[in-house]
Amino acid sequence: MPSSTQPLENAGTILDSPQDAIVFEDVRLSFESNLVLDGVSFSLARGETKAIFGVSGTGKSTILKLAMGLLKPDSGRIFVLGSEVTAMKEEELFALRRKLGMVFQESALFDSLTVEENVAFRLMEEHVPYEEIHQRVLEVLRFVELEHTVNLFPSELSGGMRRRVAIARAIITQPEVLLYDSPTGGLDPVTSTTIVELLVKQRDVYKTSALLVTHRLQDAFIMATHAFNSAANKMEPLPPGMHRNLHTNFIVLKDAKIIFRGNAAELVHSDNEYIREYLSQ
Amino acid sequence: MELTFSPTEFAKSKVLAVQEYSLLAWQSIANIFRHPRYIADTLQQADIIGFGSLPIVLAACFFTGAALALNSAASLSRFGAINVIGQLVSVGIVRELGPVLAGLVVAGRNSSGMASELGSMIVTEQIDAMRALGTDPTKKLVTPRVISTVIMLFFLTILGDFMGLLGGGAVASGLLGLDYNAYWSSAWQTLVFSDVFMGLTKPLVFGFIVATIGCYFGLSAKGGTQGVGRATTEAVVAAMILIIVIDVFVTRFLMLVLHSY
Repeated sequence: MPSSTQPLENAGTILDSPQDAIVFEDVRLSFESNLVLDGVSFSLARGETKAIFGVSGTGKSTILKLAMGLLKPDSGRIFVLGSEVTAMKEEELFALRRKLGMVFQESALFDSLTVEENVAFRLMEEHVPYEEIHQRVLEVLRFVELEHTVNLFPSELSGGMRRRVAIARAIITQPEVLLYDSPTGGLDPVTSTTIVELLVKQRDVYKTSALLVTHRLQDAFIMATHAFNSAANKMEPLPPGMHRNLHTNFIVLKDAKIIFRGNAAELVHSDNEYIREYLSQ
Repeated sequence: MELTFSPTEFAKSKVLAVQEYSLLAWQSIANIFRHPRYIADTLQQADIIGFGSLPIVLAACFFTGAALALNSAASLSRFGAINVIGQLVSVGIVRELGPVLAGLVVAGRNSSGMASELGSMIVTEQIDAMRALGTDPTKKLVTPRVISTVIMLFFLTILGDFMGLLGGGAVASGLLGLDYNAYWSSAWQTLVFSDVFMGLTKPLVFGFIVATIGCYFGLSAKGGTQGVGRATTEAVVAAMILIIVIDVFVTRFLMLVLHSY
């Protein structure tokens, strides 16, 4: 996909293809008189991670909710894993959503359930035998390094731990697409790095497609410049001079429109005044 | 700040609210015939709604029965008809006061509980998370509450009716010096099919109102914790008012159907 630093008004129709996990075609959405998205078009390839930037209120989280079918656009079409979510009934969407995972901004854990019940929610809905559920919960909690919290309630966890439990809940069924809504928002730098490492691990180990909404440029740049080393079980920066496609790209939203799409290098060298100012902050 | 009131917008918002409530109420019934069914959630709600409300329903009905007997005695003694106090208390409690009191008590306790619980889930995005996890919140949260409220209010009303008669009996024998067995005998024998049918149909309607109103206001909550508080208050007020208003129509309808004037 070509990069651009000019406003991409009416960016044209992007046809859904089997290689695309998500496609937005000229999507418009208003809340009463407030225009939130105006002709937004982009696609997320399978295995790609796309970070969406923009100041508050530019419709970043709305894009995730539209992709999940939690909201309906005023116009335009949205395809997810080949299905047109904008034409589906709520009943049909439930089946599609089981192939997706979403991490909400404030974690949105069920506060009356334990960590184990939260993480196992989808498996319990599918009536998976308890032994298998317990084993898979422990496995996924080990992935986010929270195995010891299995019997705790969300209120007993820190903000960072809640975010990691939310990630565990989203990935337990190994969804084909993950939607992260500000997974590091409001967290300290150390915890943020732990969360980003989990996202990198998920991307590199399971090759999951992902949309990442974030305010923190550094998180997305870490994702674009680091890879997960499975042998060492940690995230490592790419050696200087090494070029490896980490399938991580960027979108910048301004005034309800996409004003940039491209990779990290293109973003850094953008001559768009707004983006340069955004990057310098 | 500009304050404007548009009657058209106000009317539209009310019509929309009625439409959304009707859809939710319809879905809550239709879900009974669709998979998956949440039996464990229904039993848990039955415990919270039924057993949780039992002491206050019993107390409310007992003392209302006692008060009814006291008030009736004053009027009946003027006509020398104090012996029919059992009949008056039993008809009043079984046909009207038992179901309405149980409905109002359960509305006060559970409409608010449902609205605050679901409202909190809405404002913390837990409902969206549930939908994102592929679960229909109306099936998982609304239908179990509707089923359990309807069933439990039915049985609470039966127990409430009994306690109301007991309260009337306590006053009749303890304060008015009437024969306890004569009181029970007249209270029992005066009841006919239409009285019992009317008294046990109403809780089914009231239970449905309590649960659907509580869930509707909870799922419509907006604006953080303040919005949850507002939804809770509105749910209780709406449920109580609806019970009182619908009671008149249900009573009239059943009187016509049962020919019991």
